[in-house]
Amino acid sequence: MFARGLKRKCVGHEEDVEGALAGLKTVSSYSLQRQSLLDMSLVKLQLCHMLVEPNLCRSVLIANTVRQIQEEMTQDGTWCAVAPQAAGRAPLDRLVSTEILCRAAWEQEGAHPAPGLGNGHTQGPVSDLCPVTSAQAPRHPQSSVWEMDGPRENRGSFHKSLDQIFETLETKNPSCMEELFSDVDSPYYDLDTVLTGMMAGARPGPCEGLEGLAAATPGPSSSCKSDLGELDHVVEILVET
Amino acid sequence: STLGGRDGRITRSGDRDHPADIISTVEFNHTGELLATGDKGGRVVIFQREQESKNQVHRRGEYNVYSTFQSHEPEFDYLKSLEIEEKINKIRWLPQQNAAYFLLSTNDKTVKLWKVSERDKRPEGYNLKDEEGRLRDPATITTLRVPVLRPMDLMVEATPRRVFANAHTYHINSISVNSDYETYMSADDLRINLWNFEITNQSFNIVDIKPANMEELTEVITAAEFHPHHCNTFVYSSSKGTIRLCDMRASALCDRHTKFFEEPEDPSNRSFFSEIISSISDVKFSHSGRYIMTRDYLTVKVWDLNMENRPIETYQVHDYLRSKLCSLYENDCIFDKFECVWNGSDSVIMTGSYNNFFRMFDRNTKRDVTLEASRENSKPRAILKPRKVCVGGKRRKDEISVDSLDFSKKILHTAWHPSENIIAVAATNNLYIFQDKVN
Repeated sequence: MFARGLKRKCVGHEEDVEGALAGLKTVSSYSLQRQSLLDMSLVKLQLCHMLVEPNLCRSVLIANTVRQIQEEMTQDGTWCAVAPQAAGRAPLDRLVSTEILCRAAWEQEGAHPAPGLGNGHTQGPVSDLCPVTSAQAPRHPQSSVWEMDGPRENRGSFHKSLDQIFETLETKNPSCMEELFSDVDSPYYDLDTVLTGMMAGARPGPCEGLEGLAAATPGPSSSCKSDLGELDHVVEILVET
Repeated sequence: STLGGRDGRITRSGDRDHPADIISTVEFNHTGELLATGDKGGRVVIFQREQESKNQVHRRGEYNVYSTFQSHEPEFDYLKSLEIEEKINKIRWLPQQNAAYFLLSTNDKTVKLWKVSERDKRPEGYNLKDEEGRLRDPATITTLRVPVLRPMDLMVEATPRRVFANAHTYHINSISVNSDYETYMSADDLRINLWNFEITNQSFNIVDIKPANMEELTEVITAAEFHPHHCNTFVYSSSKGTIRLCDMRASALCDRHTKFFEEPEDPSNRSFFSEIISSISDVKFSHSGRYIMTRDYLTVKVWDLNMENRPIETYQVHDYLRSKLCSLYENDCIFDKFECVWNGSDSVIMTGSYNNFFRMFDRNTKRDVTLEASRENSKPRAILKPRKVCVGGKRRKDEISVDSLDFSKKILHTAWHPSENIIAVAATNNLYIFQDKVN
């Protein structure tokens, strides 16, 4: 989905633990902002349904965007949810059950072994934090993901069904919604630079190793919390358990 | 050639920004003598170019208000409990065949054929009634006279001649008059209907992309137009950035296209917003009929009808917005539908942007210019100064930075005179008319 080498912030050439952690934090920042985009899109769709005779073109484009995000999150393994409740949200229920149509661009690139990958420095701490490797990431169609109740250790606060997100959003009144988003540390300008992939001077080298691992990461687990600190706090506000 | 201002600003509501006065469509007629505008309040205002006077050869004809009428009123759909907006989405002129002018105007649901005609004489000298119209006592009538037509002050009246209603479930985005001048089409998000001007109670459905299950809907029709010369050919564009050319001779329901135009995606530019910015907001045939032009969020593309796999020309309208797509998604600007137009000779194309900027691209010289439609910059006879957006680094004195652009000032609708270098630019509720400067 994203141009390789562009979607992650480059953390420089450090190969020490701090560098790896910073890379992981950046990766989570990407997931965070992708989640923000998903939430924003769902809010827009919801407002569509509230409005009298919504603009169909706009609704379809937003729904397609939601579908793309969900597909990528499924690829990443961050999308791991129970089957949605049979609710009146018919159109969005359909969205989450569509087949995975495309793989993320970084996956399709094939194996470009990154300089840091075979290096114990990057491998070690990362694998401690997030044991799920790319080999374990789901490759089968969406339906099995839904049925899979899997022994996944890393179901953290990131894992929400579409309906849970929906409920989260709709129980908030508008002013709460603004507070919700205002707590996010990163302004939307940052969201722009990350999500539209326009990173000037992106250097793929040291990031690729992290990409290969991090993409299979379902998200920070509780063991990550102490390490991520402030970021996790923001995450909790966003997803609201 | 330079493009000069002409005291071109025509405001219909004074200096107040009344939402109902927001111009929603602009269209010259086939000779360029008339210019029609439609607005959010359902009104149509027609301007007429005054005859050039022999005394003032250098003074080009100005456009003055010719007729104003209420085309559509707000309606309420009781079945769906929805209000139907009176906003005029499109106006299309019919070619002139007699003294009267005819145009089609449409809102989201209903197309109307309006006749605009002049009356400059009235009959006088009736026998049975007096000049005020009161009946005369027959006993007082001693002579008979023949009523005669006497000149009166010119009156322009608009009368609705046809109403084409109840044929669209979804919102009409386009109407297009066929070159046979007997039929026209109306397109909504999912269907295109073919009408005969004489028949209002039925239409033929020629395109239907509604899926059996609406939950499977991923693509909508965004614009449609008939070929300027071939009455059997039309194109329609989609929200996925594709254009389909259809031949009505092939089958009654044109669900299978004759040609399919789509540019392969650039993988290096892919993002979550790729599909949204590829959605085509306008499609226009060239006057020659050999090319089509499409407008998506960031570019204008020219396609050769004989080459389906990619456009022959791509012009960047405001590529500096590419890094702002998320903000533009958040504030919904990314869904703005810009139109595009050809000049009379198909050598220059024009489209609007934000901050009341509009852009022109010369297809031959490959030069482009950014101009601004604003009160401050439009003194009478002033030459429009090219504008420039600074994308980074040091901003020059006359440049404007991307972050300073006013996204509430968008130029969605423009029109180009069919044969001369006269353009009409709608900036919210102001209409600007610019002409080529004559030495």
